[in-house]
Amino acid sequence: MSVLVYTENWEGKFKKLTFELVSYASKVAEMLNTTATALSIGNVDPVELAKLGNYGVNKIINATGEGLNVLDNQVYTRIIADAAVRENADVIVLSNNNTGKALAPRLSVRLKAGIGSGVSVLPLSTDPFVIYKRAYSGNAFAHVKITTPVRILTLARNSFELIEKNNGALVENLNPEVNSSSIKTQVKDVQKLTGKILLTDADIVVSGGRGMKSPDNWGPLVELAELLGAATACSRPVSDEGWRGHEEHTGQTGKIIAPNLYIALGISGATQHLAGVSSSKYIVAVNTDKDAPIFEAAQYGIVGDAQKVLPRLIEALKEIKGR
Amino acid sequence: MKILVCISHVPDTTTKVKFIDDFKKLDVTGIQWVINPWDELSLTRALELKDDASSGVKSVTVAHVGPASSEPTIRKALAIGADDAIRVNADPADAFCVASHLADVIRDNAFDLIMCGIESSDHNGSTVGGMLAELLDFPSVSAVSGIRIENGQLVINREIDGGKETINVPAPAVAIVQKGIAKEPRIAAMRGIMMARTKPIKVIEPAAVEPYTEVLKYEMPKPRAACRFIDAENARQLIDVLQNEARLI
Repeated sequence: MSVLVYTENWEGKFKKLTFELVSYASKVAEMLNTTATALSIGNVDPVELAKLGNYGVNKIINATGEGLNVLDNQVYTRIIADAAVRENADVIVLSNNNTGKALAPRLSVRLKAGIGSGVSVLPLSTDPFVIYKRAYSGNAFAHVKITTPVRILTLARNSFELIEKNNGALVENLNPEVNSSSIKTQVKDVQKLTGKILLTDADIVVSGGRGMKSPDNWGPLVELAELLGAATACSRPVSDEGWRGHEEHTGQTGKIIAPNLYIALGISGATQHLAGVSSSKYIVAVNTDKDAPIFEAAQYGIVGDAQKVLPRLIEALKEIKGR
Repeated sequence: MKILVCISHVPDTTTKVKFIDDFKKLDVTGIQWVINPWDELSLTRALELKDDASSGVKSVTVAHVGPASSEPTIRKALAIGADDAIRVNADPADAFCVASHLADVIRDNAFDLIMCGIESSDHNGSTVGGMLAELLDFPSVSAVSGIRIENGQLVINREIDGGKETINVPAPAVAIVQKGIAKEPRIAAMRGIMMARTKPIKVIEPAAVEPYTEVLKYEMPKPRAACRFIDAENARQLIDVLQNEARLI
């Protein structure tokens, strides 16, 4: 019995979400009276790797070798499944990000393990194993019983506090054999967004809707975001009109985000938009219509035109930042 | 090349959901059912590929797991332009059951590209596509925002944290698609609606599959505290509140 957590890396580095995952896995292990093991795949330097040990795991498996630099879903699934079997894991934890969503369902079939996807809290009980997750795009929540002996959980970002605990974890090196003919995914080209704060990683997000009136009005929104160290986002009409790229679209069919602070400017807050942002810890809304549904989701609101409000916010921020 | 688009049907995305039987079941009274938004985009892209003669796509089939009552949703997909449809006559009990039934459909029919939406807007599991690929031992690509076919090869754009990759995978493969795959969902025209009436829907009786998960009950979201309004003329006060009360900046 144990809990296995897959800790993805980005060019050899972990992110805050990795440590949230490890903290979560360690807590689940505690609930099951067992220990947690982290599994890293690909090259991560020893100093970075050791950081995983600060969040409660007892062992760190460091899988490296040829053929592990590209995310091939079949190759990665096999490595994680093999580790799960070796560690006798009955719970496997992954992030609910793109990688986790790609791997968890494959692991589910391979290990005959039910999935609790996008969880944001610890299991409600472990016998029976019941998890709590959002359903109907945030319009409801579900208590879901996982009936299989092995279970897979994918954790939503920014939903679990870091819990520091050092159990003196040991690193075990692993060189899984990867036959080059088994790698089906061939990456031809990579286009990176450089110098931008990633929407899905950001603690603060500043987002604009149709109430911004024109793509030419985005300057002050971007300036506010820069001052706050925030990522920029937009509503669906804005990305459909091509005012902003579709990678900025937050909402049910776009990106689902959970920052600490979401600032919605000129967004009315249709159900589909709220489905993508309702897990934000705080929502601030600026809208000309005092009856807009966004104010029902917001903790702080200003009834007014975003174009007039933005310069005042920027000025006040510059003062406190001493610029 | 033959494409299979897997579609699920879900309550219209503006539905205020309600539950019955002690919060155990969705109250379906008055619900408008629609094709799951991501599946609709994936169908749109499949049809765009078929329209382009150079792609070599010969047919677009839709597959659905559900009882006869979901046939209007399948007819809608046919009206939008799919050539034919397969319905597995089973209760979509959980993601594993749905994936297992779809895998049987694919084992019996040779498809080159299988497209699934990244999630369904009811259970938000993001799991069927990946399960299906593993059941079939096909390669899968998730977070797909673009698909082209060049000289019979699948050229796929995959979103990664902080960018995009262009990748090749050999067919048959499962593409799990998200926003960006098609600009706007295609809408059925009158001619399509007429033609859909005579397009074939093949009904398959399912093999028995045990689900992996079971929904015990639903809950409504907790209401949020009332919004505190700040006067627009005094907007700068918001910054003070965010800094000193909420301690967010």
